[in-house]
Amino acid sequence: MSQGIDSDAVPAVTVIRPPRGWQLINFAELWHFRDLLYFLAWRDVKVRYKQTLLGVAWAVLQPALMMSIFYIIFTVVTHTYQGERPYPLFVFSALLPWTFFATAIANAGNSVIGSERLITKIYFPRLAVPFATVAASIVDFCVALPLLLILFVCYGEVPGWNILMLPIIFALFVVCAAGVGTLLAALNVAYRDFRYIIPFMVQLWMYATPTIYIELAPSNPASKYPWVQDLLPLNPLTGLIASFRAALLNEPIPWPMLGFSALMAVLFFLVGCFYFRRMEDSFADVI
Amino acid sequence: MKRTIGPGVFEATGDHQAANGLKEKMSVLTVENLGKSYRMMANAGPRTHFGYRTLRDDVMAWLKAPLRWFRRDAGLPPQDFWALREVSFSVNQGDVVGIIGHNGAGKSTLLKILSRITKPTLGEIRLRGRVGSLLEVGTGFHPELTGRENIFLNGAILGMRRHEILKKFDQIVEFAEITQFLDTPVKRYSSGMYVRLAFAVAAHLEPEILIVDEVLAVGDIAFQRKCMGRMREVGRSGTTILFVSHNMPAIESLCTRAILLDHGKVALDGGVGQIVQEYHRRVLSGPGEVVTDLRSLELPSRVYKVFRSATLLDEKGQPTNFLQVGGRFHIRLVLDAPVPVESPVVTLGIDDQIGQRLLSLQTPLTNPVLPRLQQPGTLDCIVEALPLAPGEYWIKLGFAGVPDEIDEIERGVRFTVTEGELFGSGRGHHRGVCIAPSQWCFEPS
Repeated sequence: MSQGIDSDAVPAVTVIRPPRGWQLINFAELWHFRDLLYFLAWRDVKVRYKQTLLGVAWAVLQPALMMSIFYIIFTVVTHTYQGERPYPLFVFSALLPWTFFATAIANAGNSVIGSERLITKIYFPRLAVPFATVAASIVDFCVALPLLLILFVCYGEVPGWNILMLPIIFALFVVCAAGVGTLLAALNVAYRDFRYIIPFMVQLWMYATPTIYIELAPSNPASKYPWVQDLLPLNPLTGLIASFRAALLNEPIPWPMLGFSALMAVLFFLVGCFYFRRMEDSFADVI
Repeated sequence: MKRTIGPGVFEATGDHQAANGLKEKMSVLTVENLGKSYRMMANAGPRTHFGYRTLRDDVMAWLKAPLRWFRRDAGLPPQDFWALREVSFSVNQGDVVGIIGHNGAGKSTLLKILSRITKPTLGEIRLRGRVGSLLEVGTGFHPELTGRENIFLNGAILGMRRHEILKKFDQIVEFAEITQFLDTPVKRYSSGMYVRLAFAVAAHLEPEILIVDEVLAVGDIAFQRKCMGRMREVGRSGTTILFVSHNMPAIESLCTRAILLDHGKVALDGGVGQIVQEYHRRVLSGPGEVVTDLRSLELPSRVYKVFRSATLLDEKGQPTNFLQVGGRFHIRLVLDAPVPVESPVVTLGIDDQIGQRLLSLQTPLTNPVLPRLQQPGTLDCIVEALPLAPGEYWIKLGFAGVPDEIDEIERGVRFTVTEGELFGSGRGHHRGVCIAPSQWCFEPS
């Protein structure tokens, strides 16, 4: 639906036909609706913190409180953590992108069924709905970022050149979250079971990712079930979280793992978007 | 198959363009052989017809699939319900077309396909230019956001670019008459303000094709007029409008052409006057709920349920929903006596579609026809010539006594006044809400 609103030229012809199954992502149309994407994301951010006492501070408090809880569990209650870095620094540098990822996929997964009224009444590229929720989660991420700066100052940590990789790694997080989010959103329309599956999935995924604990090197004699350790890198988030942390704390970036994760992130994005596009024609009928 | 039904009315064949000789105008919308079917699960409950699937159902169906090979009778095959079938028509630039039909004729499905909310099962549509659809005002408004914020959000949802919204912003605010509440969250708006703002945003979208569904059934009468005025203005500026409504006077005053849908097919396509007449003729002959059973109707205003049923009767005493214009109005109320009431008074209020009271009928306060209510009975009210113009009306039923309201039902009975012979002078042309016999006299000087 590309149209010359500002020109006097003959307007473009739109053809409406029965659905043809798999179809490409219409980036031109999404681009035309970029203002919609912006306003939907802006609405999500605005509404989320409206009528809350602390407002947008919650974006900082959520990962900060989680960090405190894990700090108490891993260093005060038990003495499981045996890393070199101070635990708050270690855990927060992973919790920050994880919180982004978790909120993005959970909100995106519920975004389409939450926009039922919109979808049954107005046409617009449906992908804008899950994409906008992911964009809103990026805002939260940026709000929580200064806390990381404070931790760096407190612990006298100085980032190295590796930190230049951070935006690229975060971009991969965004691509991965957008892919998983759209996939869940489309599945949620067809099967409402996903409303209940998503929270468990997020929790399970967190424990399957070395966010709050250090993953042991493969075949480390300390581990009882070495094959579990060997499976961890298959989780695309393992590479992303490890690389994000490494880039922040100036440790060597695990390139092979990051490469695999990048591939998986793009794959998730394509699968998510294509499945979504295939299902979106029936959204208004089944939602 | 061009069967002439009245002057200028043809059986729809999709060549309306040729029929009217409007070849110099550009066709902006062509619908060809459009069909939409929904799958009905024959062995599922009514609520799951178009409903959600669960993983469990799908996994089970998947696992059971091989069994079907052995048991042919396992479950009925799914049935298709065709909401639209073989629909073809074309609309020229600047046409204002009314789409009418009884409930379930496929009007909403057609609009949903045209506005790209849902996809057709068969056929093809070609649209030239931007489509703005007003399927429900206020869709996309967020209650927590302010009026100002919602204007931008809603504009973007309708496909406007930010600079377009900025350009129209003042006009929208002025049209909606909400200047001093611009920075108040819309959840604190009155419903009137809400609707005004929503319509204002949509009405200032400047699409090539505007699709409107029953939006004029909301708001107060002054705003209704304003909306109609705005629609007329939009129509004059060369925008093509498709307008769906049950409100025949609105269709007649706004549209030049109408399409009558019946059971998913185009029944007729032609000039608005004839099509509306045909619609009334069809609806008249169709069955409808003619006896309104009020016993099970629960309302806070029904302190005691005095009204058992209300029925409109025709000249022969048969229940009906239709009156001819200028004809006899006869309503029979069956009353229960759940509690004795002193000096009872029954009031009938006749309202138009938007709730404006047009007429009030009341049992006399002096020389009462109603004794103290202490036993069930039947009350008849007759108006020999009902002075209402053709249209749809609601009757409000009220039963009061000393000292209190006993039973009150807003919109209790619905009826339609149809075109017909008026004052024995052949067919009349009605504008306005009421009719009166008049005598005219001309004396050449």
